[in-house]
Amino acid sequence: MDTPYAIEMLNITKRFPGIIANDNVTIQLKKGEIHALLGENGAGKSTLMSVLFGLYQAEEGIIKKDGKEVKIKDPNDANDLGIGMVHQHFKLVQCFTVLQNIILGVETTKNGILQMDEARKKVMDLSDRYGLSVDPDALIEDITVGMQQRTEILKMLYRDNEILIFDEPTAVLTPQEIKELMQIMKNLAAEGKSILFISHKLNEIMEVADRVTVLRRGKYVGTVDVKGTTQEELSRMMVGRDVQLVVEKEPSHPKDVVLKIENMTVASKVHNNNAVKNVSLEVRSGEIVCIAGIDGNGQTEFVYGVTGLEPLVSGKITLCGQDITNAPIRERYKEMSHIPEDRHKHGLVLDYPLEYNMVLQRYFEPDFTSKSGFLKKKEIRGYSGKLEQDFDVRSGQGSVTIARSMSGGNQQKAIIARELDKEHTLLVAVQPTRGLDVGAIEGVHRHLIEERDNGKAVLLVSLELEEVMNVSDRILVMYEGEIVAELDPKETTVEELGLYMSGAKRQGKEA
Amino acid sequence: MNEKKSLLKNPSVQAILTSLLCVVLGLFIGYIVLLIINPSGAGKAIQTILMNFMMRSSPAARLKALGNTLAKTAPLLMCALSICFCYKVGLFNIGAAGQYEMGACLGLYAAIALKMPWYVCLILAAIGGALLGAITGFLKAYRNVNEVISGIMLNWIALYVTNTILSGEKTKDIASPYTLKLSSVNKGGLIPSFGLDKLFSNNSTVTIAIPFAVVAAIIIWIILSKTKFGYELKATGYNKQAAKYAGMRENRNIIVTLAIGGALAGIGAAFLFLTGYQEWSVTQSSVPSMGFNGIAATFLGGLHPLGTILSSFFIQNITDGGALIDKSIYPSQISDLISALIIYFCGFVLFFKLQINKFIAKKEERNKAKEIMAAEGGDKK
Repeated sequence: MDTPYAIEMLNITKRFPGIIANDNVTIQLKKGEIHALLGENGAGKSTLMSVLFGLYQAEEGIIKKDGKEVKIKDPNDANDLGIGMVHQHFKLVQCFTVLQNIILGVETTKNGILQMDEARKKVMDLSDRYGLSVDPDALIEDITVGMQQRTEILKMLYRDNEILIFDEPTAVLTPQEIKELMQIMKNLAAEGKSILFISHKLNEIMEVADRVTVLRRGKYVGTVDVKGTTQEELSRMMVGRDVQLVVEKEPSHPKDVVLKIENMTVASKVHNNNAVKNVSLEVRSGEIVCIAGIDGNGQTEFVYGVTGLEPLVSGKITLCGQDITNAPIRERYKEMSHIPEDRHKHGLVLDYPLEYNMVLQRYFEPDFTSKSGFLKKKEIRGYSGKLEQDFDVRSGQGSVTIARSMSGGNQQKAIIARELDKEHTLLVAVQPTRGLDVGAIEGVHRHLIEERDNGKAVLLVSLELEEVMNVSDRILVMYEGEIVAELDPKETTVEELGLYMSGAKRQGKEA
Repeated sequence: MNEKKSLLKNPSVQAILTSLLCVVLGLFIGYIVLLIINPSGAGKAIQTILMNFMMRSSPAARLKALGNTLAKTAPLLMCALSICFCYKVGLFNIGAAGQYEMGACLGLYAAIALKMPWYVCLILAAIGGALLGAITGFLKAYRNVNEVISGIMLNWIALYVTNTILSGEKTKDIASPYTLKLSSVNKGGLIPSFGLDKLFSNNSTVTIAIPFAVVAAIIIWIILSKTKFGYELKATGYNKQAAKYAGMRENRNIIVTLAIGGALAGIGAAFLFLTGYQEWSVTQSSVPSMGFNGIAATFLGGLHPLGTILSSFFIQNITDGGALIDKSIYPSQISDLISALIIYFCGFVLFFKLQINKFIAKKEERNKAKEIMAAEGGDKK
């Protein structure tokens, strides 16, 4: 029987302890199309793709390839059926060359000797045909993330895969690289490859995909043609309600200075130079000040200096009128909440249950520890449960879930809940929406603005231009460890901001 | 069926099961070795190793032998607790042996040379171990020196320091390599029995050290699982960066942990040498095995303070039992070999746990498939 579908996953159900990751989900991938799979964090996208790739076995439902039912027990079965996957975190051997990585596992040999010339020829042919220029002899550790991704794509093509799965491929790329990837995906589809594209970035889906299937909380919501839909409709399908892509807010009314930084210099851990050079700024209560900049321009070290994770080389920090330049971290946190940049490194003790993480900044308070030094477990559980409800933190087994087993978005929500609920006058939020989907981003932005309206001072560090423009009341641009511009988001443009961020322009020094 | 499944999934049940599996496997391979050497006596030998004190002829002798095993279980348990405690904070305290040596050094010196009462000696033994542990902790916290490396080095340093200090005329006769008998030079330095010795056919080495060690295990368990202190220590062990972010003094926590571990091991030494069970030999040129057996007891005990109580007794029991097997048939090393095999298999505890979980998952899948098939079959009819 002839069928237009390359792969069909019909009525797939996959359960995990305490959670149904996929509940009767159907997705049909036409030959030669780019089919996007859209959903919030924890909606079951990755699980569904893992079922297709043989990493998990579905409890119910069937998979058909070209109309015939198939069983996929492990990734080798998937490979034999021509299914390939580019994982979000690449699976490459760092000290091998591009070519060596591509042929790894499917080497052609003659009497036990590698036949690299044949392989090289095939790789070069493929790379010409699809516009994937790579240097086959470069070491993986020396090339950019974009190049590494191309290597992963070539790996799939080298194995003659017909069905290509891309798991959030743009998360790690620069805007330029994203554009190139989109073009490559279109080339691949034009050559007859069928592509499954997992994403929660609506603009990318609108640009590149033909059709899109939406999942919500593990359930199938629908499949629509991209041509006949809008970003608003997609986000409504994904989140289940109207989402404001831009959060509305009143003009700010800054009052007293909460945080005052004078001539702060912080050393870099990577190089001998200072990462933050002589930075001075003020944050007042009732305003959101955003530090914008391209990643790696000293923002991380700036935050470490303010929050006390790294000592200052020189300078002075005053918080609520108190000199905290050399104060220990816990002293600072009496007035400060900190949503850290790296939730796994700093934000969570991943092997602790959720409830223990919820009190990470407060466990020593009399509410949670008795005078004799015993933890009040009942109170901790009650408090954690309350936060989970208030901030919609979802997990398999509630308060006792080990943090490591939670989805990234829910881990982030847990941190945000903990930091916002704690006593503070200043909120330092570093990339608080990293890895979150539109629904959750809207929630975080709403929280930040609520904080501001409640008279808190908010210091936001962000790499996302849209976030910078939408949320902040005042933008400070950081370039190579210095503040090069102070801008009003209402009077500036993304283009102007970009010029300052890339160092092409700076205030005050032209004259 | 359902009940059985959930029972298998219970982590404590799993821990006990895997530990038992280690023991059975170790004994089985030991048995094979015995069979190869001499098939006729193998069954008897294994029985002797396992039964230990039960092999004695009269009830009184049995009790006395049990007393000996218990007396040596107490120091082993303290060493196991030292390692278990540090392990929960993410530190592998292989230096427990050295801390044990320092405990013996200060404890014995205070008892023999200074004629101090036993409780002062006990405290000094704890301090000795704690100091050595703190050195390892300091190096780890501020210089990022791996605690295993510095621990092993310090084991040897502590051994020769102890040998040197206890070689003085105040602690040792010139003619003998052993330190002076406490029962003859300072009876007050012996840990009292408070009548416990009467229960074990007047075995004077049975002292309050034994119940004390069990209480220590319970205290460690409570600290780790129920207190703020334990919360901080475990957080530091799991993720030092997050502990720092939460305002804990992560470097201090590492030092405190190893100091506590050291104190436990130091007390362990006091529990052996201050009972008069044994004297310290200043000519010994190998690190005492107590610290290393503690590692085995920790893993066999499922990395749980309460589990180490049973596992320490078990390991001491087979060690003592091994000494009783017929030396005319088997070389005397055979008991060490068997306990070594069991200890070796303890290293597979986590592996076995994984296998159990895999087995459960597979079984569940199969059952589900069967159910579905049955349901479908029913539909067709």
